Amino acid sequence: MSGGVDSAVAAALAVEAGHEVVGVHMALSRNRDQFRTGSRGCCSIEDAGDARRAADVLGIPYYVWDLSERFEDTVVSDFLAEYEAGRTPNPCVRCNEHIKFEALLDKATALGFDAVATGHYARVVDAPHGPELHRSPNEAKDQSYVLAVMGPERLARAVFPLGGYASKDEVRAEAARRGLSVSAKPDSYDICFVADGDTRGFLRSRLGSRPGAVVDTDGNVVGEHDGAYAYTVGQRKGLALGRPAADGRPRYVVDVQPTTNTVVVGPGELLSVDRIAGDRAVWFSGALPDDGWFDAEIQVRAHGSPVPARVRAVPDGLEVELTGELLRGVAAGQSVVVYRGTRVLGQATVSRAWRGRVAG
Amino acid sequence: MTVTPPLPGTSAPVAEPAGAYLDHAATTPMSPAALAAFVGEAQRTGNASSLHSAGRAARRAVEESRETVARALGARPSEVIFTAGGTESDNLAIKGMFWGRRTQDTRRTRILVSAVEHHAVLDPAFWMAGHAGAEIVLLPVDGDGRVDVDTLRAELAEHADEVALISVMWANNEVGTLQPVREVVRAARPYGIPVHTDAVQAVGQVEVDFAASGVDAMTVTGHKVGGPVGVGALVARRDLALEAVLHGGGQERGVRSGTLDGAAIVAFAVALEETVAALPERAPRLAALRDRLVEQVRQAAPGAVLRGPDPASGDRLPGNAHFTFPGAEGDSLLYLLDSAGVQASTGSACQAGVPQPSHVLLAMGVPEAEARGALRFSLGATSTQADVDRLAAALPGVVARAQAAGLVSGRTMGGAA
Repeated sequence: MSGGVDSAVAAALAVEAGHEVVGVHMALSRNRDQFRTGSRGCCSIEDAGDARRAADVLGIPYYVWDLSERFEDTVVSDFLAEYEAGRTPNPCVRCNEHIKFEALLDKATALGFDAVATGHYARVVDAPHGPELHRSPNEAKDQSYVLAVMGPERLARAVFPLGGYASKDEVRAEAARRGLSVSAKPDSYDICFVADGDTRGFLRSRLGSRPGAVVDTDGNVVGEHDGAYAYTVGQRKGLALGRPAADGRPRYVVDVQPTTNTVVVGPGELLSVDRIAGDRAVWFSGALPDDGWFDAEIQVRAHGSPVPARVRAVPDGLEVELTGELLRGVAAGQSVVVYRGTRVLGQATVSRAWRGRVAG
Repeated sequence: MTVTPPLPGTSAPVAEPAGAYLDHAATTPMSPAALAAFVGEAQRTGNASSLHSAGRAARRAVEESRETVARALGARPSEVIFTAGGTESDNLAIKGMFWGRRTQDTRRTRILVSAVEHHAVLDPAFWMAGHAGAEIVLLPVDGDGRVDVDTLRAELAEHADEVALISVMWANNEVGTLQPVREVVRAARPYGIPVHTDAVQAVGQVEVDFAASGVDAMTVTGHKVGGPVGVGALVARRDLALEAVLHGGGQERGVRSGTLDGAAIVAFAVALEETVAALPERAPRLAALRDRLVEQVRQAAPGAVLRGPDPASGDRLPGNAHFTFPGAEGDSLLYLLDSAGVQASTGSACQAGVPQPSHVLLAMGVPEAEARGALRFSLGATSTQADVDRLAAALPGVVARAQAAGLVSGRTMGGAA
């Protein structure tokens, strides 16, 4: 229970379904602020108090589990290492992988609990081959993208009581109806460990200043930067280039080269790709055909749209060929999630994305 | 749990927490007589500072209670300063004695406190270091949590002129160690250094006599002795230099302003008198029950390590037992016992809701990994053998499961051997 409305209602629904429920709040930092600030809706002591208040209203025990060391060792260090390597991590995916559905789930299992219920927007559908992960009917809130990493064995011990809710307003109404004081609490958007949403400032504070060159695709130096790690493929804003491109067109980050601390900029069409390779693939039960390519849709951003593709599993990874529109700005480190309709088939971490088809 | 409101002026029983309640050191049920006194006094209107008849009636009730409290604690009525509880009394003692002494002599900036004090003593002391130029000297303890008086003597021999006050608790709230308060007083007296003691846990468990102890100030509280929460006292010698912390109407010798809470004070006095009168019967009964608890815990969980003094030594509160369970985290044990209907405590404070290894255990030299698996069981007036049996029945499964969870979470693996 983060202290937000979603996990509070999820707990309420689990209680009402007749389960024996204990509220757990994860402490992910040793130096927590007293009060919530900005659009971070979690992680302050005030948020922990909101979660406790909700648990009290529901009449369930409430515990704070200190997962701060694990969080620093997995999510935060991965976040820094990935940016340092010129990749673009998704810390929410890593948190679901290592914290919520590993550290917390394993401890809960050891303590005798059957499942962990969270306030995520996604559905679990029972099928003959095992549970399937599906998108939420609430398209705007759907979180199946960041949950796919948990894989089938952990999905079997996960419960998403909000899976059937089509809108956040309904969830807020459920909270209000139960007298939960968090019913009107604002949504959170920012990365929970990055103050003020200032990712670049956070990276600089942890990784230090490392000045280097910004070059165009011909190798001409066109600007300077304070650390290549702070740039993401597809980025346009914040490049601070001294003079405009010769052709006057907007320039984007098209490559980040950590070994030489170089940021490469170029025209937007260089960002369009139709081939993606991923590693550390995870597949849900019954998702893969016996062999070879299969038709599916893929999504490369939490709030992106799925696009049609052919996909095949390879050892430890997957390969994708887009069959329809191209994708722009696919950065290594992002998750590529494979869907068929609302069903999540699997996911991997993007290792490479490129243009295979001749431009047409 | 439902509590039936008692009829005014009657002695309706106070509802016990359901299950086996083994956390009397946190708070203990209000005695029926105290509750009746509370309700009766709360029905009266009158400010004890008012001069009219309603005020006089309220004042009479408060002053009779002051005499009762003084009698129960071996003090004079004029030495009893009513407060809102233990934390306020400790704050008044540390801050008020520091400022009082420094007003007399600006060199006196050192505060000597034991390393195992409650946070209500440690935190004001460290606050004074940050805000009032105090220097804190932590007096170390031995493996049983007992203050090393030799260190105190050495410190006094070297810095007596700079010491503002000494604060050493009567009995430790976590591991139950009875502190050598009289030795502390003997060491301090030649230098004229005032001694404060937090006797919150001791009153009602062992004999506490303010005058005989020789201390200059002593903290007591209502809700550990069968009285209500929110009332307590600082017992302070009349010649003690004590500055006010709460300023206002000048009540309580001018050091603790605020309208007196007559109902709470009357109930506190009733409970304290009862508790002290029952001590000769209760202390040996609790000690025997505690000894059986220790034995049954050792049988149920052979890996458990008793922390604090050997119960047979007599240097321990009769109602206190404290163990560490290797490889388990305290809050896992707490949750699992709670589900089995047994209520205990890790004994240590949370920081922002996150359980912290106890500063008391760390001061005793317990490694951090082991300190994380601590549980305190504390007995009180209503404790029975059935409570202990319920704990012993639940413990084997609880410990095994908490150890499994401890291994998974990886925090206490070092202690699992």
